Order: sequence, then C-alpha cells, then structure tokens
Amino acid sequence: MSDGWKIIAGLIIVIGLVTFPFYANFGKTVELPSTLEADPGEMHLGDIPLVNMRSEHMQLLNRWREEVVREDERYIMFDGDEYEKSLQNGCLSCHEKEDFCTKCHTFVGVRPYCWDCHIGM
Amino acid sequence: MSMDRRDFLKLAGASTLVGLGGLSVFDGFVKDGALASQAHTAPGASAGKRLAMVIDVSKFKSPDDYKRVSYACHSIHNVPSIDNLKHEIKWIWTDTYEHVFPGQADQYMAENIMRLPFPVLCNHCAKPPCVRVCPTKATFKRKSDGVVMMDYHRCIGCRFCMAACPFGARSFNWTDPRPYIRKLNTSFPTRTKGVVEKCNFCAERLSAGLQPACVEASNGALVFGDLHDPSSEVREILSSRYAIRRKPNLGTGPSIYYVIGGNEHA
Amino acid sequence: MLEKALTGNRGYWVWIFILLAIIGVGFINYLEQFKTGLGITGMSRDVSWGFYIAQFTFLVGVAASAVMLVIPYYLHNFKKFGKIIILGEFLAVSAVSMCILFIFVDLGQPTRILNVMLHPTPNSILFWDMIVLNGYLFLNIIIGWTTLGADRKGLPAPKWVKPLIYLSIPWAVSIHTVTAFLYAGLPGREFWLTAIMAARFLASAFAAGPALLILLCFIVRKYTRFDPGKEAIQAVGKIVAYAMIANVFFLGLEFFTAFYSQIPGHMHSFVYLYVGLGGHSELVFLMWISAIFSVVSLILLIFPKLRQNERTLSMACVTVFIALWIDKGFGLVIGGFVPNPLERVTGYFPTAPELLISLGVWAVGFLVLTVLYKVVVSVTQEATTLEH
Repeated sequence: MSDGWKIIAGLIIVIGLVTFPFYANFGKTVELPSTLEADPGEMHLGDIPLVNMRSEHMQLLNRWREEVVREDERYIMFDGDEYEKSLQNGCLSCHEKEDFCTKCHTFVGVRPYCWDCHIGM
Repeated sequence: MSMDRRDFLKLAGASTLVGLGGLSVFDGFVKDGALASQAHTAPGASAGKRLAMVIDVSKFKSPDDYKRVSYACHSIHNVPSIDNLKHEIKWIWTDTYEHVFPGQADQYMAENIMRLPFPVLCNHCAKPPCVRVCPTKATFKRKSDGVVMMDYHRCIGCRFCMAACPFGARSFNWTDPRPYIRKLNTSFPTRTKGVVEKCNFCAERLSAGLQPACVEASNGALVFGDLHDPSSEVREILSSRYAIRRKPNLGTGPSIYYVIGGNEHA
Repeated sequence: MLEKALTGNRGYWVWIFILLAIIGVGFINYLEQFKTGLGITGMSRDVSWGFYIAQFTFLVGVAASAVMLVIPYYLHNFKKFGKIIILGEFLAVSAVSMCILFIFVDLGQPTRILNVMLHPTPNSILFWDMIVLNGYLFLNIIIGWTTLGADRKGLPAPKWVKPLIYLSIPWAVSIHTVTAFLYAGLPGREFWLTAIMAARFLASAFAAGPALLILLCFIVRKYTRFDPGKEAIQAVGKIVAYAMIANVFFLGLEFFTAFYSQIPGHMHSFVYLYVGLGGHSELVFLMWISAIFSVVSLILLIFPKLRQNERTLSMACVTVFIALWIDKGFGLVIGGFVPNPLERVTGYFPTAPELLISLGVWAVGFLVLTVLYKVVVSVTQEATTLEH
C-alpha cells in the first residue's frame, strides 16, 4: 500500500470539492421568499393549477414561447380576462419583477436568462 | 426563362413519376417545380396567405423618408445602433441599385436610378434557404402566411442561415446588444448575444391586425398584402406595373417587389 | 491500456505540460469569448464564419484520410500497413475531436447545442454533419482500441470489428462529403456553389491527412522504438502524391470555370483571395504561399528519387500540409463570404484571442493524439518484449 497516501489525498480533495456549496454558504442568512398568501383554490393558468406554479411555471413559459413564436397564439384566458402570453407584457404588467421572480430565484440559486432579452421593469 | 404552364406541369408530372414525389425533402423540387420557380407556382399550392410587399422607390422623396421607415422598424423592435460596421445589426436599410441588384447595373443607366437608395430587408422567400439549413428549426416559415420567423429561444448561433441567405438580410449579435439600444421599447424583447436576427414582417403587429411598422411610416411607398388574394393591393400593383425582385434566378421566391420608375410606363 | 499514458520519460511529460499550458491559455480566452460574445473574433456581419469553421473544415479532411490506410490494408490485404494503420485511426480520433471542438467554440449560444438533437432537422446539412462526425469518432475509437487490445494479447482482432471497419470506409467518405455539402448547396454563394466541392475536399483530405501522418511517423520513429516501416511510409507518400495532383487539378478546374466563363460572381472570390478586391487583400500573401508550396510539393512528390529520400519526402509533406491548411483552413471559407451578397467587400483576419482559442483546440487534439500514440507505442513494445 505504498500508494495509499495518494488515494487518501484524492479522497480529501473530492470530498472538499463536493461539499463546497455547504461551507461556502455556511452561516449566511438568506431572505425567504414570501409564502403564497391567497388561497388559489381550483384556479388554473392554462392547465397548471396555480398552487403548483412555483414548481411548474417553467413548463408553462416554455410552452408559451413555442405557442407565441411558432403558432402565433398570443393570448390566454385567466380568471375571466384575456392576457398576453408574455413575460413583459403579461406577467409583469401586473406583478413586480423583484417580488414575483427575483426573490425566489435568488433563494433557490438559479439564474434564468429570460432577462437577457425580455425586459422586466 | 420562358416556359408555359403546360410545359411546367409536364415536367412536374415527369419528376413525380421518377419517384421523388413521396419524399418530403424533395417536395420543393416537385411542388413548386425547380424549373418554374421564377414565374410560376403550381396551381392549388396556394393554401393560406402569402404576405408580400411592394416598394415603390419613386415615392421616396427625401433622405428623411428612408430614415423614417427604418427608424419605425428599428425603434419598435429594439434593434441596436452599433457603429462598428462589422457588428452592425439591421432589419431594414438602404443600398444603391448596383448592390441591391448585383449584375444588373449598367454604366449607361439613368443616373438618378443608379444613385437612388433602395430599401432592403428580409425577402420572406417562398423557399427560404435559411430555413432549409437551420439545424434546430429556430428559423422557420409560417404556414399560415409565409412569414419567415426567428425563434430566438432556440437559435444556437451557428450562423448557417447567414451563409445561406443570398440577400444579406441576417445580422448576428456579436456582443450584448442592450448597451447599443438608444431607447428601449419595453413592450418588445431585445435579443441576447449569440443569436441571429432579422426582419419578422412585424409578426407581433400583424397578429394585432396592424400593418408592418415600415409600411405605416412610408406614406404609401411601401404596400403590404396577400399575394394569394387577387384583389389585394399588392396584386393590383403587380398586375399593372413593372416590378422586379432581387436575384429571382436563385429560385428562392422573394416576396419583396420593387417598382422603380417614376411614372406608370416605367 | 490507458494507464500506459501515465508513465513516460521526462520529455513526454514536458510535452504534455506544454500542451496543457496552451490549452489553458486557449480556455481562458474562450471564457472571455463566452462572456462577451463572438465579437472578440475578427468575424463580422459579412464574413460570418471565420477561422474556426475553416479549421473545422480542414480537420474533417485530416480525419477522413485514415481511410487511405484502411482500404489497402483491409480490402487489398496490403500487410505493410499493419503497424501504421493504428496511427491513422487514432489520428482520425484526434482530428474529429478537434472538429467537434471547433464547431463548439464557433457557436453563439453553446449552452443550447443539444437543441440540434432536441429538434432534429433532417433537411439541415449541419444535422447530418453532427451525425457523421460523431459516428466516425466512435467508429475509430472502437476499431482502434479493440484491434490494439487484441494486438496486445497477440490475438487476431475479434470478428465483430470487421463489419465496423468496412463501415468506416464509406463513413470516412461521408464525413467529408457532408462537410462539402455545408457549402456547396447554398444559393448565392457562387464560390462554393460547385459540384466538385466534395471531390475537391476529398482530394485535399487525402493529401493533407496522409502527409501529416508521414510526419507523425517520422516523429514517432525518432523518439520511440516504434517503427511504422519504411515501405509503409513510402506507400503513404505515393498516396499523398496522387491526392495532391488531383487536388491541384481540381483547383485548376475551378479557376478555368470562373475565368473562362468570365462570370463576375464566379471570379470575385478568387480575385479577392489571390490579388485582393475592393481595397482588401488580407489573404493574398497567404494564398500565394499556398500556391507556391503546392507547386514545390508537387515537384518533390512526383519525382520518385525525391519522394524516396526521406528528407525530401518530409519537406514535401510539410509543404503539402501548409499549402492545404491555408487553402482550406483559410481561403475556402473566407473566400465564399467576399464579396457579400450585396457585392460589398468586408475583409477578414482572425484576432489574437481567436487564434489563441484555435491554438488551444489544436493543443487538445495533440494531447489526445499524444496519449493515444503513447498507448500504441507502449503496448507494441510490451508485445514485442513478451515475444522474445
């Protein structure tokens, strides 16, 4: 086992790298995104129940972009009103980007590149 | 090239017999008839609209008329103004006759025509080579009206379409375009670095029932309509005036027509 | 067998670290390109493909050339290629890896590369190019690795490799044909719109690839105890000679069509490349080097005395390689974009970051090649010591 030290050194390096996210974030406080306040009950946007929107909005947006760009189907009915299937002209015409998108994305540590093109203000 | 419809149908029939008819990749050769692409379209192939534009160059009176047209387009679509010509992005711009119609200029031509700026934009070809080469269908032709579209979400930035376009209609975002957009239109997206872009015939306005922005700003110099509708304004002009297209010999079937002369007998 | 690449003398490790350092420099530059965009290259709205795609095109040829060894050895039972053939197959592996990397670094949105598989588009030649390139890479890895493994044990290669070897022959032709189709099917690019494009590609490939292989054989023979065989090298030399003649002939055909027809669109690109057009003459110097080297190489290759002399043969190979590297790794791609579709001239020359990234890709290729050749050399030596 003359090479034993190499194996142990390798293991230490691997464990160090794998656990990097833990000690890099250790002791930091992160603001929790607000909880869902309203009870959306049975409300759906498209075929996604509103209660699941946090986990499924990406599928919705993915579908929207295909429908709008490729099928020219630009509007969706929601709660009796017609809305544009659009981040900037739909979602953000009522919601505030910081509250509606950024907080949660920061919390879960994702950086979607929607805003490279779409204008959120 | 002279070939009447009978000859064309014979050829089309013959090539179908050869057996290419069933293969979708070869549909283009048979349906539209590779040999007849310049002037004829197969009868019955005209399902849906085919949007087109006629540009009457004689109706542009001053440099401002041209500027207004391209400004209308570039401002609503967040097209950046990049000074470095190598990185330039443009959807509709102008060039002179010898560059817009290469090989057709002549030294004895009327000087006013030689110097006249011609607006150029994506031709929304009937058989767009850019669509043919795109490896992800990021650029595609809408079946409903023939508009050649870009899906910026899907573009991988390989720029094959730029090599394929015979009209130089496509621009690539060599860097982030945002810093070069003079005034942001917040109701339309910008593009990101690494994707190809071009004129979309104002798809977003068409679906709201509006005319393209350039047409609206052109004071009647640009006329827009459906080539498949015999009573449309574009068809009326094409049936009464002499109109030319860019590089029709390549068989891509451009949808942008140019009327050059200043009078009806041009 | 890969563990053979982990032991080596001082020179081996110095070479490996030099390559790693070059890769590092290339990678740092790539990160910059990834961050700011392809604007750091010399490409433009008019010359929208540049050095990357040109290098890719050239290297597809180098990769395809392995078939020039496979055909004589497996189809004509030319036993003298027995030792050199593995070098050809592993050269193909290294070249295809570089091809794939050059395409990758050329993408504006590299993170979306899998869209090509997510939205397969059979009418796009690039889709087919992806298939044939990856297929060829795997074929050569499998064939090379298996035959070498069998060699090591002193056994004949397993039967199931044979069909793969036969498949690799048309496949090699396909990678270069499909790559030529990237260019030859575009309306309005008259420089590329030529039916002999694929033939020209294959001719230049079968000259440049084997020329590089001969040089690699000389290097391997000098620094290791592995000898691919004098006769094998001479046979490859003949292949280079014929292919280079065909290549120059095809280029001549292009010149004839362009200049005898006098069609301006067909002449423009040649004029830009060889004398300059519209005040732009970036590539003229390089193109003339290519032309002169082509002639020199032909002289060295055609006369048997010169070809048989290994010193002049290596000079011939160097000139062939440089001539074709300029012709395909620069001129062919850039020339097609000048003038642009509106007959305006925009010049092109790669920038420093662009060249460093390219150098990095080449270093990756050479690293792959070094490792694979090291395995070959060690395994063969081990096999011969066992025999004695």
